[in-house]
Amino acid sequence: MRSARFRRSRRAAAITLVSALSLTALAACGTSSSGDDGGDGAQQNGSSDPTIPLDPKTKVTLTIDCMPPAAKAAELKEWKEDVAEFNKTYPNVTIEGRSTPGQCLEPPRFTAMLKAKSQPDVFYTYFTDLPQVLAEDGAADISAYVSPKTVPLLKDIDPNVLDSLRHQGNLYGLPTSNYTMGLLINRKLFKDAGLNPDAPPRTWDEVRAAAKKIAALGDGIAGFGEYSAGNTGGWHFTAQMYSLGGDVVDASGTKAAFNNELGKQVARNLHAMRWEDDSMGKTQLLKWGDLQKQIATDKLGMFLAAPDDIAYMVQQLGAKYENFGMGPIPGGKNTLAGGNNYMVKKGISPDKIKAAVAWLNFKNLTVGKGQFDWARTKADGLPVGIPQPNFWLNGSKTKDDAARVEHATMPVENFKAFMDNPVAGKAEPPKAQEVYKILDNVMSGLLTNKDADVDKLLSTAEAQVNQILAHQ
Amino acid sequence: MSAPSMTPTPSKAGPPRPSPPSGAGSVPPAGRFARNLKRNLTAHGFLIGAVLCFGVFSWYPMVREFFLAFQKTENGRTDWVGFDNLVTVFNDPAFWQAWGNTGLFTLLALVLGFAVPFLVAVVINEFRHGQGYLRLLVYLPVMLPPVASVLLFKYLYDPGYGLLNELFTSIGLPEQQWLQDPDISMLAVVIASTWMNMGGATLIYLAALQSIPGELYEAAELDGAGLLRKIWHVTIPQTRLILSLMALMQVIATMQVFVEPFLLTGGAGPEGSTTTVVHLIYQYAFNFNDYGAAAALGLLLLVLLAGFSAVYVKLSRAEDE
Repeated sequence: MRSARFRRSRRAAAITLVSALSLTALAACGTSSSGDDGGDGAQQNGSSDPTIPLDPKTKVTLTIDCMPPAAKAAELKEWKEDVAEFNKTYPNVTIEGRSTPGQCLEPPRFTAMLKAKSQPDVFYTYFTDLPQVLAEDGAADISAYVSPKTVPLLKDIDPNVLDSLRHQGNLYGLPTSNYTMGLLINRKLFKDAGLNPDAPPRTWDEVRAAAKKIAALGDGIAGFGEYSAGNTGGWHFTAQMYSLGGDVVDASGTKAAFNNELGKQVARNLHAMRWEDDSMGKTQLLKWGDLQKQIATDKLGMFLAAPDDIAYMVQQLGAKYENFGMGPIPGGKNTLAGGNNYMVKKGISPDKIKAAVAWLNFKNLTVGKGQFDWARTKADGLPVGIPQPNFWLNGSKTKDDAARVEHATMPVENFKAFMDNPVAGKAEPPKAQEVYKILDNVMSGLLTNKDADVDKLLSTAEAQVNQILAHQ
Repeated sequence: MSAPSMTPTPSKAGPPRPSPPSGAGSVPPAGRFARNLKRNLTAHGFLIGAVLCFGVFSWYPMVREFFLAFQKTENGRTDWVGFDNLVTVFNDPAFWQAWGNTGLFTLLALVLGFAVPFLVAVVINEFRHGQGYLRLLVYLPVMLPPVASVLLFKYLYDPGYGLLNELFTSIGLPEQQWLQDPDISMLAVVIASTWMNMGGATLIYLAALQSIPGELYEAAELDGAGLLRKIWHVTIPQTRLILSLMALMQVIATMQVFVEPFLLTGGAGPEGSTTTVVHLIYQYAFNFNDYGAAAALGLLLLVLLAGFSAVYVKLSRAEDE
């Protein structure tokens, strides 16, 4: 009898143990968020009026992504310093940073995060992610929370940049950085080819001529590089269309707008550089990251890029700042603009939103503080002088530009051509990724097929883009 | 013959016998179920973990995918949209190209990935010595991480500095564009995929070959059969069933190809020549944020693969019998 009872209790214990372990494992497998209701145990005692800044006495815990990972020791140190500094004003706000190795935002992970509604209270996005975030009902409208009271330098932020974060007049994010695309050059190869690195090409004809000279250096060096895979080919085809004053989707957003003389000009120029001049290298089907590796190893003369590519090449690929220069996008009519920002998760408490705005203001939108504390950035051995972010206007711009020059860790004169000749930024087209996927085929056709039929490539892509736009 | 006892009768000779099969007794089904459950409680307890994991990470997503295929989420609101997602998928210009490319990959993978391992197995089987070493050699690529293998082929195929073009030019053959030529890009992907995956199939064929009685070959030799005739009249008929099963498994696996083209050509390849169905699903879900379209296309693929799987199950049963 005793033995039977012992067996039963042992069985029950085994079941309990296995069930507990299983549930623990499942819980560990899942992701968690701090909850939609702000129910993190924090005291929520501030005013619910969104126009009133956060009361320093309010106790709030805020989760934020893109905290630098341990591998980025200097950036992480600055993050911690900023949290400590912020806590001097708001001692009751607990910042819980979340870090991810590699890129802060990887589209597949980001998409899954939105679907699961597991984004932190304050989450990082690209400007172009706004429609996706709104489709998932993932971001709070922070219009009422953002005012000169809460963001004192609001009037000095480029309104075009803020407009990128608006939908139907409502504001859904605050910018961290912004870019406009330009022509990134390898100064060493320019000099070797007898070109002036202080005067990068300003037209596509000049790009073609310079690329030919650089490719003539031999040793597998390409003069000009372009993407043609992973939807990045379509992205750059769009940038080239913009540079000539063209578009890829018309103003109504329902028709393709690249099967015209400008589109053919872009296509023929690329095809000629690849096959007549042999100045674009043999290896194609390249995507983001590939051209950076080529130019960082002195195998590529120039390509279209955003300024922060330089920081990536120096910090990740071991290149040297002085080896790079930047000019405005050739053609110069318009240039592709973009950037990144933080949004606030929909459903969190008003106090949390106020705390989020206060943190973002301190960290990203105050000249001389946070990310704009260039003296500290220099002291920590991080780059200063890259023309990005570039969203300040008026007095803030003057002050910030001067601080960058004062603490520059790189020859900022290499970017003079880019800075002195600003080109109007233009946002990405509607259904951007779907359109880019189709335009990838145009780019890969031009760069991998010597006998490519430009007219046919463009007309096929036009029909396909129209089909996509008709079913949006 | 009397019917079996309806209640377990204690036997003088030993412990009580288990209750008779269901349907034969007078014990209410609920009582029988409770008794069976109690008897197997420990086993069920240990199963909970696996069942929960499968349920949450395999079965639930499959059911969810079915529902997603008929739903659309906009502004956080999910609505039933009937067959709209399927219409979207059918209207995608890449739809038929993706199916065509997937079919081509499957066909080429059958020709190469099916024939090559079989021939390699036949050759290894002919060796009297060093079979273990050869088996290891053939299986080694399977042990490499797929990404490493694919990147290795990316370097081999590179038109600028790739080893293959170096070899071609050294023997006077023209350079090839390999992954950059829409006409041969898929073939290049299949070659890489075959090299990466043929180890497992080769070992299975080898096991099948070694189960063929030696007398059959001796009889064939006495009848004057050469190597090819022995393969045709003895080896293939004796391994026909395993060949059929492997062919079907190959079809099921290759229809889901994703990693190789994704890494070798960026997914789409020159003029979309390596876009596959699974790559299109990936694009819908993770680049276009259209989970409904991704689920709809996944459902189409599921239906097709379920058909192949049904044939596979039928063939497996035939083999068992």
